[in-house]
Amino acid sequence: MAKLRIEDLKRIKEGVKGTVNLREGNFRVKITVHMGTCGIAAGARPVMSTLLKEIESRHVTDVILTSSGCAGLCSHEPMLTIEVQGQAPIKYIRLDPEKTSKIFEEHVMQGNPVAEYALSLGSETTH
Amino acid sequence: MKTAARTTGRAAERRWTAEMEDLSLHILDVVENATAAGATLIEIRIHEDSRKDRMVITIKDNGQGMDGEMVTKVKDPFCTTRTTRRVGMGIPLLEQSAREAGGSIEITSEPNVGTEVVASFCASHIDRKPLGDIAATMVALILGNPDVDFIYQRSIDGVTTDLDTREIKEQLDGVSITAPPVLNLIQDLLSATPEGEDLNGSDQTASS
Repeated sequence: MAKLRIEDLKRIKEGVKGTVNLREGNFRVKITVHMGTCGIAAGARPVMSTLLKEIESRHVTDVILTSSGCAGLCSHEPMLTIEVQGQAPIKYIRLDPEKTSKIFEEHVMQGNPVAEYALSLGSETTH
Repeated sequence: MKTAARTTGRAAERRWTAEMEDLSLHILDVVENATAAGATLIEIRIHEDSRKDRMVITIKDNGQGMDGEMVTKVKDPFCTTRTTRRVGMGIPLLEQSAREAGGSIEITSEPNVGTEVVASFCASHIDRKPLGDIAATMVALILGNPDVDFIYQRSIDGVTTDLDTREIKEQLDGVSITAPPVLNLIQDLLSATPEGEDLNGSDQTASS
């Protein structure tokens, strides 16, 4: 029977202990991947895997990654929402792993939203 | 990119087909239903028996459950009510995948107790979808629902791989189960089939 080895978990516990617990609200950016039936069928899981790899490979400790259900815009899936503390949330649509990596680099790391993949930026203008 | 949504032409003109490409995507979807129903403990069992040529996937939760009328309704995509957020296309799609592979689904549920979904397949049926990247499914579920506990068991002819997030959390003693090294360990364990041979491609390595 294959199981996780307790010594591996202990080793990880020692390594991670003392780092900030992001789940307690102490994060800079929150990324939500929409994982309704529509999102999953359209490719939300590879988007989630890509984000996890980005967080891990860059050793980012102030970004929280989570999932939610259908946002009612099924034809735009896969989608994710990025919330930078103190800024308006931005939804990105019709994603794939490449677009997701670009959004992570430019928006999450550098603070510049990627307009070309966003559902909308700002509110409508009157001119 | 491994996804069931096939695109044609340029991105702006693409057409979608709503289909789960492999069974691990169905599992992800049905388990997300369970978390939406307020479950705190979800059991996911994938049993393959080559002698009987059966594959059975069981997903059992302790969520809010459904009454008898709702249980019959969830199988019908055109008869759903949005008041419960418990229903939609997920179950009909799973049933379609099971029927296409000589199988069926059974749902038993009790209000305030929980729901059990059992999907069975003829394992060798040519239209039986592959299990796919079950490790990515479990990691996505744990990551998105760190407060929910999962019991996972995959068995092939009696040889099993087991995971219980309650045991992991106990060992971690306060360290989050969503810490990347922990998720990596889980990913590695579940990527191997119970025989130890790695048959599951990851999302990153699969061809598009």
